[in-house]
Amino acid sequence: MQMDLRTVTIKPQRQTFDHIARRIGADKAATRYQEGTLEVQATHNFHYRPTWDPDHEIFDASRSAIKMADWYAFKDPRQFYYGAYTLARAKQQETAESNFDFVEGRGLADTLPAELTDTVLKLLLPLRHAAWGGNMNAAFITAYGYGTALTQPCIFHSMDMLGIAQYITRVGLLLGDDVEVLDTAKQSWMEDSAWQGLRRYVEDCFVLKDPLEVFVAQMVALDGLLYPLVYETIIDNVLSSKGGTPIAMLTQFMTDWFAETRKWVDATVKTAAAESAENKTQMETWITHWRDRAAAALMPIAQIALGAEADAITSEVVDQFNARMAKAGVSL
Amino acid sequence: MSKVFIALQTNDDTRQIIQAILADNPHAICNEQPAMVKIDAEGSLVVRRSTIEELIGRDFDLQELHINLISLTGNVDETDDELTLSWNA
Amino acid sequence: MDMKVGKKKLGLKEKYQHMTRGLGWETTYQSMDDVFPFVKYEGIKIHDWDKWEDPFRLTMDAYWKYQAEKERKLYAIIDAYAQNNGHLNVTDARYLNAIKLFLNGISPLEYMAHRGFAMTGRQFPGVGARVACLMQSLDEIRHAQTQIHSLSNYNKYYNGFHDYRHMLERVWYLSVPRSFFDDAVTAGPFEFMVAIGFSFEYVLTNLLFVPFVSGAAYNGDMGTMTFGFSAQSDEARHMTLGLEVIKFVLEQDPDNLPIVQQWIDKWTWRGYRVLTLVGMMMDYMLPKRIMSWKEAWEVYFEENGGALFKDLARYGIRPPKWLDQIEQDKDHISHQAWATFYNYAAACNFHTWIPTDDELDWLSQKYPNSFDKYYRPRLEHWREEAKKGNRFYNKTLPMLCQTCQIPMIFTEPGDPTQICYREVDYKDNKYHFCSDGCKEIFEHEPEKYIQAWLPVHQIYQGNCFEEGVDPTAEGFDPLSAVLDYYHLAQGRDNLDFEGSEDQKNFEAWRGMATKNAA
Repeated sequence: MQMDLRTVTIKPQRQTFDHIARRIGADKAATRYQEGTLEVQATHNFHYRPTWDPDHEIFDASRSAIKMADWYAFKDPRQFYYGAYTLARAKQQETAESNFDFVEGRGLADTLPAELTDTVLKLLLPLRHAAWGGNMNAAFITAYGYGTALTQPCIFHSMDMLGIAQYITRVGLLLGDDVEVLDTAKQSWMEDSAWQGLRRYVEDCFVLKDPLEVFVAQMVALDGLLYPLVYETIIDNVLSSKGGTPIAMLTQFMTDWFAETRKWVDATVKTAAAESAENKTQMETWITHWRDRAAAALMPIAQIALGAEADAITSEVVDQFNARMAKAGVSL
Repeated sequence: MSKVFIALQTNDDTRQIIQAILADNPHAICNEQPAMVKIDAEGSLVVRRSTIEELIGRDFDLQELHINLISLTGNVDETDDELTLSWNA
Repeated sequence: MDMKVGKKKLGLKEKYQHMTRGLGWETTYQSMDDVFPFVKYEGIKIHDWDKWEDPFRLTMDAYWKYQAEKERKLYAIIDAYAQNNGHLNVTDARYLNAIKLFLNGISPLEYMAHRGFAMTGRQFPGVGARVACLMQSLDEIRHAQTQIHSLSNYNKYYNGFHDYRHMLERVWYLSVPRSFFDDAVTAGPFEFMVAIGFSFEYVLTNLLFVPFVSGAAYNGDMGTMTFGFSAQSDEARHMTLGLEVIKFVLEQDPDNLPIVQQWIDKWTWRGYRVLTLVGMMMDYMLPKRIMSWKEAWEVYFEENGGALFKDLARYGIRPPKWLDQIEQDKDHISHQAWATFYNYAAACNFHTWIPTDDELDWLSQKYPNSFDKYYRPRLEHWREEAKKGNRFYNKTLPMLCQTCQIPMIFTEPGDPTQICYREVDYKDNKYHFCSDGCKEIFEHEPEKYIQAWLPVHQIYQGNCFEEGVDPTAEGFDPLSAVLDYYHLAQGRDNLDFEGSEDQKNFEAWRGMATKNAA
């Protein structure tokens, strides 16, 4: 029996699942982002309380001080579900790979001024631990946050942070000529006074219990100042002008990543703050607090590369951050 | 001895990988099922990069196996050159 | 993704070591106990997380590269399948009911696994273990979404898929898989790993994804075949993680052995009970059969599981408890489950039926010790009744097991004619169980299991009617009120396959493909 199924035109009985249709209307097909995200997390009739947190349900909105009538008001403007996310990162890793090949293949690392190499190793390598901290904080939100719209981008963020820690490691091994550079950097992270403010910041985030506060401390404040300062300003501008362009090639992943991810962070801040006056106040309090701590923690690190200019440049980055938050509806 | 196995999707990418595994493991038994192949072997089974590379005529990273892998059993030991599955008892 | 240090090329293991291990540190501004608050309360003792052996060594760049390739292939097939009306290629429309069960019962578990592995990935102090858990967390959201996306196309044309998220939290039989995963996630991080990483992934998921998915391919369902095998390709990593966890924990301290053994006993039994649904799918719901449940059990549990437990014997681990009963049950459980769903077809979001003569013969041949003696006569009797217009629908509600939440349908070990009942008195209440296994699991943690949201109890307590429904009103029809609460359309989503809308539509649409328009 020969069947030509393509020629058959059948009218579908429905366009999408009912829980999606209740939100977007039954008359149109849903996107893959919508079907893979909306209401995917369970909300009702849980069977048992967590033995590790008997005061809450498995998923429980009351873990946060931020109150939302609908936790699916949060939207990822990138519309990342797993497939879209992985394809985007695969493309970026391909660029990163050819950048590494380019720098390695032409021996460009050896052409860098020794002083500059030294600065990069001191500035960049301990940041692999900060990225690992970011991985852990994003994992916390993925685990204990409420609603797939919020938690899904956080698992992506968590693994991005691991990827960034690994790219930094590769830069270190390429420039450092020996695996000991990793040990030296870890020692700085653990002991050097320049790094203790940041390490304390990251460790303090590890004991926060409110997923949205972790979001503010990590994704909004720390990422929001660190990436513009270290990657966009120090590496892409200051060091590049001193012959460090190969470094900028090796960290292109981070620059591109931040430019993309901040769109999601901004959208999330905006949605949380726009929900109610209470949320807005809470977000403002958190963001102010963590911004000030992050700026203070990053200052001595900026000095490694910027010396006396660190103060002025960090202030500039903070101003840009404030402007960015104002656009997201949070005045600081 | 207990048996280990590796199961792969059957498609154009895996034909030669399967051939390589069978060549490197004369004691293995190839079991064809709809859309998949299950290779069983007493004791242990080794997947060797060099054999696959000879058959496909290009460089092969053993981690490429993940794309078409369905399942496996046994303790896994993975290096750049070999993936070994084995039981200790 | 070769990587060089200076002039020397690093090997895979060494490279991975640098890429992960050095990342973590002993916190000093906050105590390690505050940073990792859940890692001690289960009683597991870990002395050195650096002894962790990484099962697979994928750095993120390699992960993105290979996973993107899998996703590209998968979505190309999903798209082609949808564009070409691939659903009309399945052997016959009865098959669709197996995948309704899949979307409703299994895909939500993938999502729970995603969240559960994020929890363990956050809570383990060891870097190697955390990376492996988080990578699995990321894979699991992939599985949930690729399944939802694949099955979305079926939902457009067939009934019973339409409100799976709502049904998951309400419909009686779905509390079986759901409570299984709620149980695992509410346990501590080590128990979760033994429950899901080891007992479920290593010992049991092959049964679902390998023979069943191969069966989907055999029944013309390329969509399910593709997402199934594509998911299972990640599973190879997950299984090795599960095995590594067990070995690592046992090597760390001899005091861990009895705790781990109790978890293996518990979770093998819990998982085995959930797989009853898969047994039924394989024996009854695939029109073209590839392998019986019993045969799959023998290959994937008895042979592989046997090898595994032999390997683990050197740590003092013995095979899971209640294996004698499991060994006898393989001749029975798929038939007992199908009979139950045939009974309760009015309260289900999928259809049931009596197998054709061919299929009955196949079952007789595959189950020579049990089918003709205990199950075939009953099915033939129901078929006769249905022919006379008395299709049997059971309108009472079944008693559920307090632990596994399956109706009390299983029989006594050694006597397939006698239903197995166990009970326990606890704090002025009587609790009921389907087996010694479920009873013992309850007795170990009664405070947990008395919390269970048992669908039948909930119906009797009046918690399963839509808001505003008055159960004391005249002419109140409880079944129809419960179906409303389930969002299950009477006469459309439920009842026998024979005469169903799915059956008629499939026939008509396939007819359009094979005949010329008049």
